[in-house]
Amino acid sequence: MTAGTPAADLVEERPSRYLLDRVGVLGPLLLLPTVVYIVALVGVPLVLALLYSLSDITVGDQSLDFVGLRNFQDAVGNATFQQALRNTFIFTLVSQVVVLILANILALVLSADFKGKRLVRFLILLPWTTPIALGALGWLWTLDNVYSPIDYVLRQLGLLGIGSPLGPRWEGTNALWLAQADLARLTVLTVHIWRTLPLATVILLAGLTAIPQDVKDAANVDGAGFFRQLFYIRIPLLLPIMAVAVLYGIVFTFTDMTVVFIITRGGPVDSTQVLASWAYFRGIEGGSLGQGAAIALFLFPVLVGVAAMMLRLARRTETV
Amino acid sequence: MAAPVYQPPPMPTDAEIERDVRRAKLGRIGGRTALYLTATAFALFAALPFAWMVLTVFKQNTDLYDPNLNPFLYNDPPTLQNIGYLFAQTEYATFIRNTLLVAVLVVIITLVAAVPAAYSLTRLAGRWGESLGIAIFLVYLVPPTLLFIPLSRVVADLGLRNSVWSLVVVYPSFTIPFCTWLLMGFFKSIPWDIEEQAMIDGYSRLGAIWRTVLPISIPGLLTVVVFSFALTMHEFVYALAFVTSSSQKTVSIGVTTELIRGDVYFWQSLMAAAALVAIPIALLYNAFLDRFIAGFTLGAVKG
Repeated sequence: MTAGTPAADLVEERPSRYLLDRVGVLGPLLLLPTVVYIVALVGVPLVLALLYSLSDITVGDQSLDFVGLRNFQDAVGNATFQQALRNTFIFTLVSQVVVLILANILALVLSADFKGKRLVRFLILLPWTTPIALGALGWLWTLDNVYSPIDYVLRQLGLLGIGSPLGPRWEGTNALWLAQADLARLTVLTVHIWRTLPLATVILLAGLTAIPQDVKDAANVDGAGFFRQLFYIRIPLLLPIMAVAVLYGIVFTFTDMTVVFIITRGGPVDSTQVLASWAYFRGIEGGSLGQGAAIALFLFPVLVGVAAMMLRLARRTETV
Repeated sequence: MAAPVYQPPPMPTDAEIERDVRRAKLGRIGGRTALYLTATAFALFAALPFAWMVLTVFKQNTDLYDPNLNPFLYNDPPTLQNIGYLFAQTEYATFIRNTLLVAVLVVIITLVAAVPAAYSLTRLAGRWGESLGIAIFLVYLVPPTLLFIPLSRVVADLGLRNSVWSLVVVYPSFTIPFCTWLLMGFFKSIPWDIEEQAMIDGYSRLGAIWRTVLPISIPGLLTVVVFSFALTMHEFVYALAFVTSSSQKTVSIGVTTELIRGDVYFWQSLMAAAALVAIPIALLYNAFLDRFIAGFTLGAVKG
């Protein structure tokens, strides 16, 4: 690109008065701080993570003694780890399938004109714009064991309390959302859907508005109805951008520990533990850095897969 | 057999026209109703914890902690006491100060690293630029949860354990990659001729960048400032792993680890702590939304 443009040739032919005017010097020099930063604080820790996972390092004893794959074997043999692995995949897969469906609907809604659209958009974006920890805190209070307003509504509807049509476990005065394993998992899942939906929606919305008007006009002239346009025009044209949206969702859900840490602390009895939170509890709170690093490394293969797909998508948009 | 002769369809009667118009109107009203219902349902789902948060902030204890009262009403008059308590009796102000300190410094470090890098990749690196740019962008996808354990050791080795400065050093590792990528999009849209002209007029390349490229890119630079500021406010995992004493904590971890207390009569102040951060950030995000999205969509969609 550079070599071909006449402007670039002009610059390179001009005798440079300053060393810094030479493209070969200035280019790498300007890039240097960023590269140093990334190597020092992403590259080095990544290598360290690998080393830690193969050693017996703890917070107390910081010497790196090589122990082979023992950390991985210990991790895999642990029942909580297996639960965490299962949870991580289930939370990610289920939440992103739901998000994909909801985001398509919501993007269609927001692409229409209606009164109060700006307010609706502001509210819908809130879960994404708010720091995850504080959003999760809001949920923690909304699902409080005693004062949950959701419980109040359910009580008023007669769904909660003695004689509840939902079954004997709904006969108490409170649903105890965070005290029972399946409800706690449902809660974590819902919060992940809640917080990844906005980004997916605005990405899809950007894709929708980028569909050329003449394509829509042509479809209208040809008499294509709503569903025909949806399945033959919008969805096919949006597929690459949908993939981008889902990939972000996967990364943010798969690697997250904040939601679990704040809302359930992995409980009750480790039933909502995920890989990232389990790595934290073992590695930082438990002090076993090697174990923690090994558990966190189980995130890596999926991330590599996501990165590869992002790369393919980016390449594709580049050539268009 | 005679060739079929074209027969124009019979003209619709007035009654038929009226019926069709009525149906179309009904269809449109139905469509509008469905639109409003869907929009409202989604808005309620998204806003639920925030609505409860804001309602809670102004409630008195006697009102909030009585499960028999309707929680959606103010059964006792609203009060500002809880916000006063938050600032007077807790370390919230310290958390805010720490967060702002980290955010401002991280923004500066990010600008100093990302602006030259993005310029170099778009103007000076030739066809390697785009690939390298994407590679740097992918670094943004490396999550804190993968790196926080080894980084806690790196931070300790730097002598920054349990200090807010550890966050100043570490946070740019995720703001720089994304911001470099955002800025590349901006620089690409600036015509070469402008800086060419400045250089022909006798400025060095750096002089030309300073006098032409940067002034034109102010919207882009502002986007970077807002985005790295917001990312800093959002971060939780590193802060949780590196900082333990309350005087050094940022809002995300300070509020969720120091202010959640055993005694329940504190939720109003806690919710105030969250809402006071959530709302300004939301306003900032909304102002810059289209630019963020242009970055997130990998340039596939121009905002």
